[in-house]
Amino acid sequence: MLYRRIVSDKITEWWMVTSIFIIVILPIIIGFGLFTKAAPLIELKPLGELVGSSTWLPHKKEFGFLPFILGSLYVTLIAFLLSAPICLFSAIYLTQFSSKRVLRIMHPVIDVLAGLPSVIYGVWGIVVIVPFVSDYLAPLFGTTSSGYSILAGGIVLSVMCIPYILNMLIEVFNTIPLGLKEASLSIGATFWEMVKHTVISKGFPGILSAFGLGIAKAFGETMAVMMVVGNMVQVKFHLFDSAYPLPALIANNYGEMLSIPMYDSALMFAALLLFVIILLINLVFRYFIYRTKKHE
Amino acid sequence: MNKRKIIEEKLFRAFSAFATYSLVVILAFIIIMIFVKGFGALSWQMVFDTPKGGYYYGGEGGVLNAIIGSLYISVGATSIATIVGIPAALYINIHLSRYKQIQNTIRYILDALWGVPSIVYGAFGFALMLFLGMNASLLAGIITVALLIIPIVVRTFDEVLSTIPKGLHEASLSLGSTRSEMAFKVIFKQGFPGFITALLLAFGRGIGDAASVLFTAGYTDLIPIHLDEPTATLPLVIFFQLGSPIPEVRERAFAAAALLTIIILFISLSARFLSKRFSKTNLN
Repeated sequence: MLYRRIVSDKITEWWMVTSIFIIVILPIIIGFGLFTKAAPLIELKPLGELVGSSTWLPHKKEFGFLPFILGSLYVTLIAFLLSAPICLFSAIYLTQFSSKRVLRIMHPVIDVLAGLPSVIYGVWGIVVIVPFVSDYLAPLFGTTSSGYSILAGGIVLSVMCIPYILNMLIEVFNTIPLGLKEASLSIGATFWEMVKHTVISKGFPGILSAFGLGIAKAFGETMAVMMVVGNMVQVKFHLFDSAYPLPALIANNYGEMLSIPMYDSALMFAALLLFVIILLINLVFRYFIYRTKKHE
Repeated sequence: MNKRKIIEEKLFRAFSAFATYSLVVILAFIIIMIFVKGFGALSWQMVFDTPKGGYYYGGEGGVLNAIIGSLYISVGATSIATIVGIPAALYINIHLSRYKQIQNTIRYILDALWGVPSIVYGAFGFALMLFLGMNASLLAGIITVALLIIPIVVRTFDEVLSTIPKGLHEASLSLGSTRSEMAFKVIFKQGFPGFITALLLAFGRGIGDAASVLFTAGYTDLIPIHLDEPTATLPLVIFFQLGSPIPEVRERAFAAAALLTIIILFISLSARFLSKRFSKTNLN
């Protein structure tokens, strides 16, 4: 009886260790797998030329990723500018001003927003945002636009980022000690002054991290952006013109991937680029968060 | 001076309330627009029929193949993620509880993995698929989605497990149980609501994700029977049919979007309901 229990304990433990091991080496395997596939391209061209060149002619083996990287950056930037203030102020409202009941009501709202698949956001973007940009916003600024633009991509993306950033900000603000807030109120600060001088300044590393992780999330978002951003290779930044973000490049061209030489390793290089950038941003800002948590 | 303070206070209070309640408005707006657009073409035929000949020119048929395909992929991936993820989460909280440094490093890696976008998993799945000599198939889709949701399962379950009091560990060990008996018979039961939440969160993510199955699961009008057959998925049906120039086909994409939204809302509501229900009987 005892023997059987010991054996089953050993087997279970072995199963657990194997699982952990698989998970821990997963980032290395992903990186290595993508690198192997991208290697032919990296051998062909120096890294600087791949990232810095803007000629994209797959048939002539000219692969310059600059337009795609810039496209991703533009869309991400717009999304960040639109979502950051909303996230910051709703997090302040939910953790400082409102009663606990409001947070209880808002939690399912945030959860559902986070849970909606990106295709649904894309459909919403096509139905609502794209016509809105082409019919109202573009004439307002005195230009014409098909609607499939950086701005439309940024708007859709900003809505998708809100629940992600907001959840992290709420967590950050909840860790700020109550005594600190009480002290600042007791010396005569108004509620907003208390928020401004203690909550925001004490939570600043956390706020920065939440924003950073939000940017990483926006940078890698694929389907929704791809459906509304137009997907045209361009270097110049214009709000009402289309762009071609890096994830959209991968998702759009997998069909022709194996028919043009080097094209598959170019797309895998794009995936590797995305993986490395996003993993690095994540590692840096997560480290920030762990550091601040430790100090408490 | 005082007046300025009061105005500033009022202004920011109003602004932050506005920002918060605008989220409700945005969510309602999205869901209502999807439903308004989708319910026009939604019919029982849409749900219970596979595409017939001429479907992509506006002919008869539905998206049953994609609904079944999505369910297969999501159920398969969630099963794999459970088999790998649950023991991993238990191990982090029980066997590694004395090694805070290792515990935190593993959580750190998992959090970073959670942030990796699904298109990267899709590309990696494709590379893996070529390496193993597989074709775009149900199995390849399941493996890719499983990789995507493993971090979600582990971290969600782990968050709940880490709140379980240490006394419970000590009590069950002092009664003579082995560590794995404690893990599955005591701690797992205590963390059961967390397990349900993790499962449903991962399931919802798996059913709605398009970028990861784009390369790996393929596309077909038939309902897959074997693991090595390609399969359609609901998000990809929406994506592909929305690109069609024929209005009837586009209408059906909106209907499929409404369908997917209903499924996601159902999963998210039941996650809430179930985790509340199961946590009633808990100690803490």
